[in-house]
Amino acid sequence: MSRTETPVSEIWSLLAQVPDPEIPVISVVDLGIVRHVRWRGDECEITVTPTYSGCPATSVIEMEIQRVLREHGIDRVSLKRRIFPPWTTEWLSDKGRDSLERYGIAPPRAAGEPEKCPQCGAVDLELVSRFGSTPCKAQWRCRDCLEPFDYFKCI
Amino acid sequence: MNREEALFRFLLQLGDTTLIMGHRVSEWCGHGPVLEEDIALANIALDLIGQTRLWLGLAGEVEGRGRDADALAYLRDAFEFRNLLIAERPNGDFGHTIMRQFLYDAWSALTLQRLQASSDRRIADIARKAGKEVAYHLERSADLCVRLADGTEESHDRMQAALNLLWPYTGEMFTPGDPERELAETGAVPNPTELRDEWLTITERLRTEGGLAMPDGGFAHLGGKSGRHSEHLGYVLAEMQWLQRAYPGAEW
Repeated sequence: MSRTETPVSEIWSLLAQVPDPEIPVISVVDLGIVRHVRWRGDECEITVTPTYSGCPATSVIEMEIQRVLREHGIDRVSLKRRIFPPWTTEWLSDKGRDSLERYGIAPPRAAGEPEKCPQCGAVDLELVSRFGSTPCKAQWRCRDCLEPFDYFKCI
Repeated sequence: MNREEALFRFLLQLGDTTLIMGHRVSEWCGHGPVLEEDIALANIALDLIGQTRLWLGLAGEVEGRGRDADALAYLRDAFEFRNLLIAERPNGDFGHTIMRQFLYDAWSALTLQRLQASSDRRIADIARKAGKEVAYHLERSADLCVRLADGTEESHDRMQAALNLLWPYTGEMFTPGDPERELAETGAVPNPTELRDEWLTITERLRTEGGLAMPDGGFAHLGGKSGRHSEHLGYVLAEMQWLQRAYPGAEW
């Protein structure tokens, strides 16, 4: 059974409940990877743009999207991957950026480096490594509180 | 060679190079000299494998015989691979791996930059995506090469040895194969010869900032683009493909 009467706006709200598997404080909608939602006949078509081409979370995210929609009675879901235009951190929502910072991940900035330590707020920072625990993050350290922290890379 | 065939072969050159390079870099996983480098190498390998999915996926589409990226990666033998020889070079020490990465990243960044303007929309789209990733890889490998070259006597000597060893493998990047000769005229792909000067400008940092002596030999090992590989590729494929060969169609 497919509930084609579910309005697209409601599907967006459902997707806003799907967490990023690696950074569960933000949803796939806040991350900006859900690009388009529409009904095609009795099939719900969702277009996703992956963050990094090799990000292993992409297929987990697609499974989670299908699971959440199925739980709400939407069985016929087709997922489309679109790589153009390529994902950019500009697509992160303001809410997503705030959640990242509260979680201890410095949000991306166009300047290419974090603004302040997400732990203590100090601005004396150093780059430890250009790569962090996931493809989308780099490792930084605060010279004030000496804590290491993740920075969401700006691309 | 007709256009479709040339396109298929060209996409194999790109996809096989990222695949074999990605596999080589992934061999460092768990063996990096420090945790941060281990993680960085694993991430770079992941990006390269991701790019492979895109290039080989499109190659399969262009070929139109029902082969997807997995089939092309796991079910072809060495002589059907079209990767650059530099990708299959064994890792050597960390300095050698980073030097190989830098020489490759510089070429890759330039190639992707040109491909963003490809007359083939599908190629341009992938190039835009991959180009962002590679620009970031290049920043890192360039800085690390300079730091190691301009480091201790030991690290300097190792970087010089790596550069000397790898230099003859760089000429292949700029030597067009049949598919490139065929496609460059249509505006779908750049003529690789034209990238060389810019590549030399980027890699010149090894001399100006790292204090290395740039090798001047013009000899180039060729063959990767036409399927003639070094003995190393067979070992890579044996490790990478054995599961699909032993248990065809296995999934996890």
